Amino acid sequence: MSKPKIAIFDFACCEGCQLQFVNLEEELLDLLSVADVVEWREAMSEKSDEYDIAIVEGSITRLEDEERLKMIRSRAKILIALGACATMGGVNKLKNNFDLDDVKKCVYGKDAKKPHLATQMTKGADEVVDVDYYVHGCPIDRKEFTYIVRSLVMGKTPEIPDYPVCVECKANGNPCLWEEGQVCLGPIIRAGCGARCPSNGFRCFGCRGYIDNPNVDAAKDVIDKFGLNVDDLKTKMVLFGSRQEPTIHG
Amino acid sequence: MAKTVNVNVHHVTRVEGHGNIVVNATDGQIEKVEWQVPEAPRFFEAMVRGRSYEDIQTIVSRICGICSITHSLASTKAVENAMDIEVSEQADTVRILMHYSEQLQSHVLHVGYLVSPDLFGLPSVVPLAAKAPEVVLAVIRLHRLANEWSDLIAGRTTHPVTLKPGGLTKFPTEKELRGLQERLKKSVGDLTAVAEAVLSVAGNIPDFTRETEYVSLKQDNPPTYTFYHGDITSTDYDGTVAINDWQSVANEYVSDQSTAKWTKWNRGSYAVGALARFNNNAELLSPMAKDVAKTFGLAKGCCNPFMNNVAQLVECVHVVETSIGMIDDLLTKGLKAEKVKVSPKAGKASGCVEAPRGILFHEYEFDRKGNCVGADICIPTNQNHASIQEDFEKFVPEILDEGEDAVRLKMEMLVRSYDPCISCSTHMLDVQFVK
Repeated sequence: MSKPKIAIFDFACCEGCQLQFVNLEEELLDLLSVADVVEWREAMSEKSDEYDIAIVEGSITRLEDEERLKMIRSRAKILIALGACATMGGVNKLKNNFDLDDVKKCVYGKDAKKPHLATQMTKGADEVVDVDYYVHGCPIDRKEFTYIVRSLVMGKTPEIPDYPVCVECKANGNPCLWEEGQVCLGPIIRAGCGARCPSNGFRCFGCRGYIDNPNVDAAKDVIDKFGLNVDDLKTKMVLFGSRQEPTIHG
Repeated sequence: MAKTVNVNVHHVTRVEGHGNIVVNATDGQIEKVEWQVPEAPRFFEAMVRGRSYEDIQTIVSRICGICSITHSLASTKAVENAMDIEVSEQADTVRILMHYSEQLQSHVLHVGYLVSPDLFGLPSVVPLAAKAPEVVLAVIRLHRLANEWSDLIAGRTTHPVTLKPGGLTKFPTEKELRGLQERLKKSVGDLTAVAEAVLSVAGNIPDFTRETEYVSLKQDNPPTYTFYHGDITSTDYDGTVAINDWQSVANEYVSDQSTAKWTKWNRGSYAVGALARFNNNAELLSPMAKDVAKTFGLAKGCCNPFMNNVAQLVECVHVVETSIGMIDDLLTKGLKAEKVKVSPKAGKASGCVEAPRGILFHEYEFDRKGNCVGADICIPTNQNHASIQEDFEKFVPEILDEGEDAVRLKMEMLVRSYDPCISCSTHMLDVQFVK
């Protein structure tokens, strides 16, 4: 099979997921040997309208960006959402907790009404177009990213974990952060990160999104066991906005 | 020779974030020279309201993927200042080591991957890898070192997870620190190779000068080429301004000429970044860093913005050399376990550190439960916009005779030399768009 053409696009985000491509270092050169990168604004001057795989980073916050994403979708055979902003709106979805006029006024004061500051509720890519594959995380895990691209280039379907971070955290032999009084989202968040944060003593804050069927009753048992309430959990769950909020009955 | 030049660069490539350049000149008369920033605003200062003091750095780290450690440090310092939280000497030292890893990562990325293709006359680092493979491999090794250094101390390369108000969640072991120190010592060869490669094409650095004000941190006690502690100073200002008074330095305003929120202090614009730090603090650089500056003829008072990239190279050497000594110091004293317990309280304060691309201010106010009620963030790239615009206005007439392609390339190079990180831009109020 001929080398697939890959194009990389960014929307509202910190561009830290793209940075993980650069952080592949020599491995990036290996990747370039099996695929042609035809557009990548952050690293190249070249631009292209023809590509097989579109990799989309960032959340969608403006109408003009929705149109651009639809155009990208129409040209790509495969569309990959890269990182939490694209897979589920990411930290930018915090904005959706407020009235939009209030948000603009808070940051821009009397200039809030200027047209180029137009903003809408933050959306993940699949709230605008069909997404074929998801690379979860904030930022993405570069090993998982290369695994997904390698699978696609070989015509295989990549398998993404559908079990919670706790599984990987236990395998790493970490003491449970709940024991330390940290409100950790490990029990309901999708693994695949190697439990990077709890392994460094920092609670899971949910950047990979919820597993498909989170065991919310078990989560409630954990909350009770440590003398916390549902609000303690919700205040952490809100950091990475999600389209599939599980209901936790207080 | 009458010149008609129209340059319209939509989304400058090889910068982080989105920026446009517009030049219209007819018969040698310049009608319009503009630096525009159409990045989608993300409203971080609004989004942090209501969030706990212990979650602030997790949120604002996402302002920028390249300087995530810097944003985390500035916000954590602000929280600590607002709540009078003490940080131990060893945590302070390890945080500075963490910060240095990001300076190296960002500078190597910028000079090695994004700027050097211009100096070698190539469109990206990919053809550069074919033309000068040994240089690109040295850049890759340095970049990998910087990232693994962040991994070790910050928990990962982007968006640190070991920082918390009052200290760190995890310290590296003495064995890990010794391993890092060995690698830093070995990296000097690669740093020298990259510096020599850039020196070999230094003739392609445009000869352009515009005298202006350079703003950075300054630390007197002990005297340090600082990225982390100290107060605010400038080349126009004798003395220092306290961090909590940063708004009196930035003086954010809406320009008549465009609608961007710009900054100015003692004159029409000021510049921040490696060259600003160098111009304020060069005598405090490490010995090897001073040598590199000398080989490039870089001396205090330099007002060529393109030399910012040389100052970045100088700082790469400085952070590596300084970190080797800091690790010695940590190992001599021995690392001790820390248990940090923080009690939130009401307060308002600022935190300031030097991002790779210039001085960064964060300010937060918290209620008595430690929930955020207000925030104000002023990022370095926004502080450079007025300077980029004033550079354009002086530079374009000087190069107009060189034709459209050269004008376009040199203006793009000028923008890149500032290392703009436009996704950071929390306060971007631009511009009319090109008709």
